[in-house]
Amino acid sequence: MTLIPTSEVDAAYIIRTAASGGKKLAPCGGSTRAGFGNSTEPAEKMSSRGLSGIVDYEPAEMVMTVKAGTPLLEVEAALAANRQMMSFEPMDHRGIMGTTGEPTIGGVFAGNISGPRRFVGGAARDSLLGIRFVNGKGELIRAGGRVMKNVTGLDLVKLLAGSHGTLGFLTEVTFRVLPMPQTVETVVISGLDDAEAARAMAAAMALPVEVSGAAHLPASVKGRFIGGGLPEGEATVLRLEGLSASVAVRADKLADAMAAFGPVSRIAMDESQALWREIRDVHPYADGTRKPLWRVSVAPSVGHQLVAALRLEAGIDAFYDWQGGLVWMRMEADPEAELLRRYIKALGGGHATLMRAPDAVQASTPAFEPQPDAVALLSVRVKQALDPAGIFSPGKMGGNF
Amino acid sequence: MSETIQFLPPRQAVLSRRTAIIADLADLLPPDCLVHEPRELVPFETDAFVAYRRVPLAVVLPRTTAEVAAVMKYCHRYGVPVVPRGAGTSLSGGAIPQEDAVVLGLSKMSRILEVDYANRTATVQAGVTNLSISETVGADGFFYAPDPSSQLACTIGGNIGMNSGGAHCLKYGVTTNNLLGVKMVLVDGTVIELGGKHLDAAGYDLLGLVCGSEGQLGIVTEATVRLIAKPEGARPVLFGFDTSEEAGSCVADVIGSGIIPVAIEFMDKPAIEICEAFAHAGYPLDVGALLIVEVEGSEAEMDAMLKEIVEIAGRHGVKTVRESQSAMEAALIWKGRKSAFGATGRIADYICMDGTVPLGKLSYVLKKTSEITDSFGLRVANVFHAGDGNMHPLILFNANDPEDAAKAEAAGNEILKLCVDAGGCLTGEHGVGIEKRDLMRHQYSEADLAQQMAVRAAFDEGWILNPSKVFPLEGRPTT
Repeated sequence: MTLIPTSEVDAAYIIRTAASGGKKLAPCGGSTRAGFGNSTEPAEKMSSRGLSGIVDYEPAEMVMTVKAGTPLLEVEAALAANRQMMSFEPMDHRGIMGTTGEPTIGGVFAGNISGPRRFVGGAARDSLLGIRFVNGKGELIRAGGRVMKNVTGLDLVKLLAGSHGTLGFLTEVTFRVLPMPQTVETVVISGLDDAEAARAMAAAMALPVEVSGAAHLPASVKGRFIGGGLPEGEATVLRLEGLSASVAVRADKLADAMAAFGPVSRIAMDESQALWREIRDVHPYADGTRKPLWRVSVAPSVGHQLVAALRLEAGIDAFYDWQGGLVWMRMEADPEAELLRRYIKALGGGHATLMRAPDAVQASTPAFEPQPDAVALLSVRVKQALDPAGIFSPGKMGGNF
Repeated sequence: MSETIQFLPPRQAVLSRRTAIIADLADLLPPDCLVHEPRELVPFETDAFVAYRRVPLAVVLPRTTAEVAAVMKYCHRYGVPVVPRGAGTSLSGGAIPQEDAVVLGLSKMSRILEVDYANRTATVQAGVTNLSISETVGADGFFYAPDPSSQLACTIGGNIGMNSGGAHCLKYGVTTNNLLGVKMVLVDGTVIELGGKHLDAAGYDLLGLVCGSEGQLGIVTEATVRLIAKPEGARPVLFGFDTSEEAGSCVADVIGSGIIPVAIEFMDKPAIEICEAFAHAGYPLDVGALLIVEVEGSEAEMDAMLKEIVEIAGRHGVKTVRESQSAMEAALIWKGRKSAFGATGRIADYICMDGTVPLGKLSYVLKKTSEITDSFGLRVANVFHAGDGNMHPLILFNANDPEDAAKAEAAGNEILKLCVDAGGCLTGEHGVGIEKRDLMRHQYSEADLAQQMAVRAAFDEGWILNPSKVFPLEGRPTT
């Protein structure tokens, strides 16, 4: 059974009762990432979907306040009606997770879920201006606000973003939105291997053309995008967005510069939008399997080295977003967690998150990157400061938090 | 002058051990890294919030993370308060010490450690000045985006402490949006690293929590920041209006139109006059309010955007439109704006407020602000980041007149409450420090503050890091 509070007061009551009764709760939204994370102590699901609706939306101020359980679809539709958007492009996990249900806005921020624009435009946490949440003591807490610049006190907003419901139950979020670009165009460089692609993407990012997406799709996955419509060979794709006149000029400039790396072609607006949506949603690995799937964040220049090193020892398939710094990696059999994490360290650091795996594998593999002792200890203390009785999904993000 | 803002009473146990503490610190550090002669301590007794000053017990100027760790370990063991300090440019008193505190200055840690263009990052020591990063990478076509007006002097460590912004953060965000990682010394001397050249946190976003924490959670000694490719061109344009209200509503309409300029800066008549007299930037003197709108990109792009902005300004009765015709003119326009605080300081003492309000409330808050200062018989000059609603009323007063000073402080408090009541916040980029500490209850409930303080205590149970700042002195958890 899932607890579905319909007001903040209701939510606070449920949490207070649970805290005093020693009961554990698992905050969730639409459960489209069901099964993700480390296994926790048995906990009763508590969904925000009873708290739904747009509270305040001022298009001229580019700020929206929404109850946490509001379906993402509803938020996106309201924004689209005003030609605005969430710049961080939250991904839809249903494909890779094999889940159903409706993603909620609270779930997006609780998971700090961002898409291809993240590496230049910021993550979900960077757009999040204010929150209301119920802490583990059942107290309603307000943090941040509805203005873009705010350094009044500690930034609990950032802390709650990406805490996957382990620090508090989000009831309301206020975030910044941006105008939708007038047009989108993608410049494709064909036939580059992973290392060449990394160099090409770095070169593109050094140009004053404002690339807003940089992904490399190796041969093994390329055919899965836009119905096989990408040109021959591996595809390194660079996205430009903005005013039509400006995009045209920048695309010429970018295509000229990229011609030094390989054959260049272009994809126009509609197909570009479809392509980046599929990159965002990790389309090639929305494959109906539970094969271990990693989301790896490293420095852009080392993503391909990591894949090359692992390939010698394990069966893997991978593609790259964020200029090569976000590696989506599907393992053929074993998740090879230790090997992967050892190589990440050797290449300068980063983190690997196990998005899915067969149940038995998942139970024995830490989903989140284990932290160095001192950082883990701090995280435990932070958890205790917000959830002293440890009632919110204990263990979901690691050892004691 | 009168002192309405209190500090924590000095810890007698620390004061009585002063000689021993100095001797112990001398053992931990090279001779030129410890300052304790009373005369030499004077430069550290305040920051840019000059109305308040306290002579610290000692000042340490470590050169390495290991030395910072040794000092922290010692101070933690003996319960000696530590006040971190970058360049001492805080406008909210964030770096003002107290009698029982060791000031930990990062000025000797001022090296740029690595520039990595393939990953568009720079790794620097915390005492590096903000501007020196952009200067170092500028010739290669990159820059570091946050640009506080004090960028020539202020340090990255201080920027992280206050989550500093600047004129250009309308497009590029503030420090927290441009910070990828830190090396940091915890209160007990443990050294940790958060983030790096990769994006996002592996677990809790402790980096996001540390940024803007005003030196209460630890001492950042190194930072990895994001570099951005410089735009092809940038063009600031001056828009003069008869009234502040017209300028304010023009800002809201520009933002609402879907164009995001890199910067929209606002100046009212007193600010225009002060800045023009100082910088000779060519600001029109026959207008009541001025906007500096900067767009960037290719020539074609800038033309297209400016055309639209000029049209919008026309609908709000714009009187003068002046585009900069050369790089030199553009630089002058910014020089005038960025020297606003310094130029004001030449004609009067001032305190600078930093509240942020929703864009739709700009005109209303401007009007109310001058009503408030009028009622105290004080002058105000407004110069601020209008695009993100971050106001900076400069309240002019005479610091030699205690009554005048008390009035200025009271007027400032009224203005900040006004910002909060209009749906905004006490501080957009300067931090709470001591200045706004006692107004925190106006913005937050007891539960909100208690939650923040509990998180603070998770890092510093004994409250020795910058202890007189941010949170009201009454109602703190007892330790």
